[in-house]
Amino acid sequence: MATEAHSDEGGLVFHPMDQFIVKPLFGDGPVGMFTITNVTLWMALSVIAIIALMVMGTSGRSTIPGRVQSIGELAYGFIYKMVEDVAGKDAVGFFPYIMTLFMFIVFANFLGLLPAAFTTTSHIAVTAVLALLVFVTVTVVGFVKHGMGFLGLFWVSSAPLPLRPVLALIEVISYFVRPVSHSIRLMGNMMAGHAVMKVFAAFAPMILLSTGLGLLVTPLSVIAIAAIYGLEILVAFIQAYVFTILTCVYLKDALHPAH
Amino acid sequence: MASETHNAADAAASAPGMPQLDFSTFGNQIFWLMVTLVVIYFVLSRIALPRIAAVLAERQGTITNDLAAAEDLKVKATEAEEAYNKALADARAEAQTIIAQAKAEIQADLDDATAKADAEIAAKLVESEKKIAEIREGAMQSVKDVAKDTAKEIVAAMGGKADARTVTAAVNARMKG
Repeated sequence: MATEAHSDEGGLVFHPMDQFIVKPLFGDGPVGMFTITNVTLWMALSVIAIIALMVMGTSGRSTIPGRVQSIGELAYGFIYKMVEDVAGKDAVGFFPYIMTLFMFIVFANFLGLLPAAFTTTSHIAVTAVLALLVFVTVTVVGFVKHGMGFLGLFWVSSAPLPLRPVLALIEVISYFVRPVSHSIRLMGNMMAGHAVMKVFAAFAPMILLSTGLGLLVTPLSVIAIAAIYGLEILVAFIQAYVFTILTCVYLKDALHPAH
Repeated sequence: MASETHNAADAAASAPGMPQLDFSTFGNQIFWLMVTLVVIYFVLSRIALPRIAAVLAERQGTITNDLAAAEDLKVKATEAEEAYNKALADARAEAQTIIAQAKAEIQADLDDATAKADAEIAAKLVESEKKIAEIREGAMQSVKDVAKDTAKEIVAAMGGKADARTVTAAVNARMKG
């Protein structure tokens, strides 16, 4: 809608952020809490994709796996090993939780790469909730497992005594900054890539406006879109991986707070 | 119509900024995110993850079993080979015994036959010698008789009267000679 409002000026249309607008799927009403929006649609699609891979793909329970089951097992083994290696053997109880986070982020990221898709993980509201869930879980687990001993995480006993209060202050700040960086890293990466692609996409129809300049700009933008898209595929996986492994690292702090 | 223009204006207002910071959509996003996460969590923890874990465990079990079975079969094969080698050696030894026995039997038979033949030959020899002696005796006698007769005839031809006893004695003396 906004696109039409601006495009009648002629020339190139730059609305790289319009793809992130949350809008109702049916009708044009205001976005209430329970409105079915494009957020609902793309989250539902990621749920369906996860069910297709992890439930339908493994329904054969074959000892010699097929292609889909192999991928499901690969994802399982990848995250299970990560939890075990990074957070420790006693963190295996958190494996379904971490698997949920990983599967949701990885599928939201990849589905967001489809043309005309809405990327749910490019919104701070979503990533902040994911990061806060991790932050609250880790903090609660830390206090439940170790009581006040969890505060030893901030008291660097290997440092010289006069330095310790300073370090404790820094540690406390860094602890509370964690959910911020955790969420903004994911959201920023997803948003930036998609916005850059959209900017290049806006340059692509240059040939329609001016043949001379268009001969140079249009092929360059198309190549750039392809290149950025390749990079975004990498980023989609890496950001899911980074989010998950950081969750494991934070969980390790909660389970083994000693430095 | 009114709502549409309002919405367009709204979107236009937020377009230069970030839709991410439009707080009016936060409740909606957070609500649907929680629904999504809960659904994924239950699907994974109730169905998918236990199933995959079971499949992986079963595969590990199958592999372990197969390896054990292979080890078993290998031991069995070694045992069979040993048994075969032993049977072969036994058969060889038995064959050697049978050959030796047969050789000994043949030798004994041969010795027997040789001895019998020797005895027969010896008996025949004795008999032949006896016969030859007889023949010789007969021949001697004939020669003596012929000599006596001849001598008598010669003596008679010479005009003498041959005394039989004298002639015999002379012939005998000559024959001995």
